[in-house]
Amino acid sequence: MHDEPLIFERGSRGRMAWEVAGGADAAVELPPELRREDDLAGFPEVGELEVLRHFLRLSQWNYSAATTMYPLGSCTMKYNPVVNEHVARLSGFASLHPLVPESMAQGAMALLAELEDWLKAVSGLDAVALQPAAGAQGELLGMLLVRAYHVDRGSPRRRVLIPASAHGTNPASSALCGYGVTEVPVGERGTLEAERVAAVMSDDVAALMVTNPNTLGLFEDEIERVAAIVHERGGLVYMDGANMNALMGVARPGDMGVDVMQFNLHKTFSTPHGGGGPGAGPVAVRATLADYLPTPRLVRTKQGFRWDESAAKSVGRVRSFYGNFGILVRALAYMLRLGGPGLRDVTRYAVLNANYIRARLRGAYHLAYETPSMHECVLSDRIQQGNGVQTMDIAKRLLDYGFYAPTIYFPLVVKGALMIEPTETESRETLEEFITAMQAIADEARTQPELVRAAPHTTRVGRLDETRAARRPVLRWKPGAQPPAPAKEN
Amino acid sequence: MNVPKELRYTKDHEWVRVEGDAGVVGITDFAQDSLGDVVFVELPAVGTKLAQGATFGVVESNKSVSDLFAPVGGEVIAVNTRLVEQPELVNQAPYGDGWMIRLRVGAAGELAALMDAQTYQAHVESEHRG
Amino acid sequence: MSAYLPHTADDIAGMLAAIGVPSIDALFGQVPERLRERARLDLPAGLSEPDLRARLGALAARNVDAEASAVFLGAGVYPHASPAVVDHIMQRSEFATAYTPYQPEVSQGTLQAIFEFQTFVALLMGMEVANASMYDGASATAEAILMARRALPGRRVVCLARSLHPHYRQVVVTYVQALDDVEIRELPWGPDGRTDTSSIAADASNLLCIVAGHPNVFGVLEDLPTLARVAHAAGGMFVTATTEPLALAVVRSPGACDVDVATGEGQSFGLPVSYGGPGVGLFATRDRLVRSMPGRVVGETVDANGRRGYVLTLATREQHIRRERATSNICTNQGLCSLAVTVYLSMLGRHGLRQLAARNFASAHRVAGLLADAGVAPVFGSPFFNEFTIRVPNAVDVWERLARDEGIVAGLPLGRWYPELADVLLLCVTEVHGERQIARLVEMLRAALPAARAKA
Repeated sequence: MHDEPLIFERGSRGRMAWEVAGGADAAVELPPELRREDDLAGFPEVGELEVLRHFLRLSQWNYSAATTMYPLGSCTMKYNPVVNEHVARLSGFASLHPLVPESMAQGAMALLAELEDWLKAVSGLDAVALQPAAGAQGELLGMLLVRAYHVDRGSPRRRVLIPASAHGTNPASSALCGYGVTEVPVGERGTLEAERVAAVMSDDVAALMVTNPNTLGLFEDEIERVAAIVHERGGLVYMDGANMNALMGVARPGDMGVDVMQFNLHKTFSTPHGGGGPGAGPVAVRATLADYLPTPRLVRTKQGFRWDESAAKSVGRVRSFYGNFGILVRALAYMLRLGGPGLRDVTRYAVLNANYIRARLRGAYHLAYETPSMHECVLSDRIQQGNGVQTMDIAKRLLDYGFYAPTIYFPLVVKGALMIEPTETESRETLEEFITAMQAIADEARTQPELVRAAPHTTRVGRLDETRAARRPVLRWKPGAQPPAPAKEN
Repeated sequence: MNVPKELRYTKDHEWVRVEGDAGVVGITDFAQDSLGDVVFVELPAVGTKLAQGATFGVVESNKSVSDLFAPVGGEVIAVNTRLVEQPELVNQAPYGDGWMIRLRVGAAGELAALMDAQTYQAHVESEHRG
Repeated sequence: MSAYLPHTADDIAGMLAAIGVPSIDALFGQVPERLRERARLDLPAGLSEPDLRARLGALAARNVDAEASAVFLGAGVYPHASPAVVDHIMQRSEFATAYTPYQPEVSQGTLQAIFEFQTFVALLMGMEVANASMYDGASATAEAILMARRALPGRRVVCLARSLHPHYRQVVVTYVQALDDVEIRELPWGPDGRTDTSSIAADASNLLCIVAGHPNVFGVLEDLPTLARVAHAAGGMFVTATTEPLALAVVRSPGACDVDVATGEGQSFGLPVSYGGPGVGLFATRDRLVRSMPGRVVGETVDANGRRGYVLTLATREQHIRRERATSNICTNQGLCSLAVTVYLSMLGRHGLRQLAARNFASAHRVAGLLADAGVAPVFGSPFFNEFTIRVPNAVDVWERLARDEGIVAGLPLGRWYPELADVLLLCVTEVHGERQIARLVEMLRAALPAARAKA
């Protein structure tokens, strides 16, 4: 692997990669107070090969789902089909401006309508909005819909019930909608219990937020009773759809009593994670909430598709234009390729793979709950703690074996959690390699704990000083900054 | 684990040192050790009036955030501004240079309700076992 | 066999034996039977890869081919040429299929690229610090207001320039609708197309922030120093939103105009227009506000050997730790899109970017001049970059006819966004518009005039 400095530390004065016809001679006549104050000092002056080489070298420093298994629980790091990259780049999609006359965008609108239909079928709900740019934004929209529903009925309500195992975006999104959060403790089996929900349910509760399967990978088998308890007092049930990979063809949120949910297309529906985005978080709702969906709505008429911004009760716009269209194209391509039977198989094999890992690793590692797992399983470092080895150390040591680490320290209800979601696209042989690595690390924790505690050893950099990064933040390069001295090598 | 005898303690791991009608407040050695490397401390403005048990700030480490609770009620008369540039003082000297606020104590009776060093030590040990 | 699923019958048998269950169905015992019955997915069978490409190709073909037609649209996303290197890097699986860099030792590629992105955004905006990006320009603007609210508790009035892109204003309204301590007021524009702040009293102790587009939706360059002065005199903050950041290569930066938070949309820098998304929100501010800044941020540090490396930092502002007290609920940045921007700005560099901006400026001004000569009057006389407004009677009819009959999209009729501007078209001219297309546009608009005027 090559070393590579910052792009700003490369190049040479006057070098250019990209000249623009008519650009060098064009005069920019602006009054002095509007003229740029510098001549972009600090911007790189590099050639094309330098740029290509720079970023190719950087790419070589990454582990990625394409190059190795990424058992991140709740992230669903399945294969991102390469053909989807081709179709998203078709000129008719990529070069299409969102404000052309609607007659010129009927193909794009038909694509979005078809995606809505697939998401309705998978969710068992009645209407879909594709605009949210990420799962978290979908969740925010979902809670705004809840709020609009109650405000419209003249009883705004002030609280939301959230299980203690929930993802942090759940309470954050609620707070953004002005709700106070009441935490519902998780039962001994790790699941939501109807009595505990009944104990905190009141006429002041707008909604219960639930994830199913929950963040422990366990099916919420009391969900219908829980939903009934919430509905009886006039509340709504919001489902975080992050774990839909475990439900396709098995259970539909609409049938469970869910009123509103968001999908994560970059999880369940294979759109690439991109190092942190872009994703997409479409929302599906029961008919009772359809009036509040964001603007614009996609309307089907005999003459074709059109965008409607007139809905009086809409919560408003959540994103400019129509959403992350390029991501929506990829998700539909995935669904069309798999088809209904394929999506059912996705869930079946996702659950098979997770249970296989659970069965093979439960001796070497503490299994957090005996309750059957679905598409992910949660282990912990309880056994290894006896030798002073923590979850963090296990995760770092796994990097030396060429795997990305599982999700660690989440969910918070399990101390030292290791959440493993292999997904359905990993073969049995890959799972065996992962299991072998995990077993080896468990052995090392007993016989060479210092080796595990000091991991990783073979990666490009060792453990980084995160404390220093937070105490003395350096968040950018500045012109005049000196490149670092060469590191001392061991 | 260091638990100075002359201080009073809360169940949330704050300590108070009484100095006349004022109290100096910080977090305990156990707290700083549990948190890990402190990266940031958010403290109130001088003049803020606090009730006993009210949140007076936040202490952040890399992995977690904890509220800071006033062990007794009173008015904030001083704040340790050194913690802005050197949050690590909380780890290095939690009872000394890592102090956080100084309060003019409101009700003297509230101090009596706090734990002494021995009780606090027992509290930490039972919490740890559980 | 379904696509992408490697399991063979032998694999399945072996795995079930190890788990100790007779079938895959047995793994779903926790799910009530009545739910399972209703869940049969009534969806068509899967397509082969060639059939999939044909199917989506047909849908793509039903949209206008912008490369063949003349589409003079901006209004929030802008057509620019992207160097081949940009897409090549975006297609590297090591970048495209990596996760959020929570394990920094094996994510240095992503992390260093984000650090470079943060640097580019800060440099361009003339600000001290920038985050790793937000969903889009509109949500970045909304988040800036939420940040101002945290910084100035007790102040409630947000003055939004009406000349700020309507999508941005609408998203702001959506984000604050549940907050009862925020009040939105609109600032009108003056005859010059710039924001009029005369409605704000100098002692407006309630002012939280002023928010203006720069360039604004009309393409007009605002008077930022004056807006900043009004905001600060009242004790509030000043936020700008830039839909076309290419302008900032030749226009005075927000940082140099006393702006507190500079937001924008990065799509122009290497991302296709793609029917409006995905994009990438830009967010830059001053050092003193960094702990209140939303979104992810990457910082520099070292490992035990003193080797420079990068990590996600200041994470305790975020949802996974603060939960309901988070600065926002965001847990993604626009990863791959911010990478595209970083590669693009590296390729264009100091000289290419200025040349490109100059070319855009010149093209747009030339077209504006040709149209003025042809009798198509400009609406505002203020300086602009690559977008401007023209007055055309019966603008919507003209626009629809040109699109339908001539394959020319003559900008955007603004009446849909501003009823009082029913006879105005918003035109955008960039380096992608060639001589022939421009000549046709001018000719068609000129020809439309007598007839259009007669009908008006």
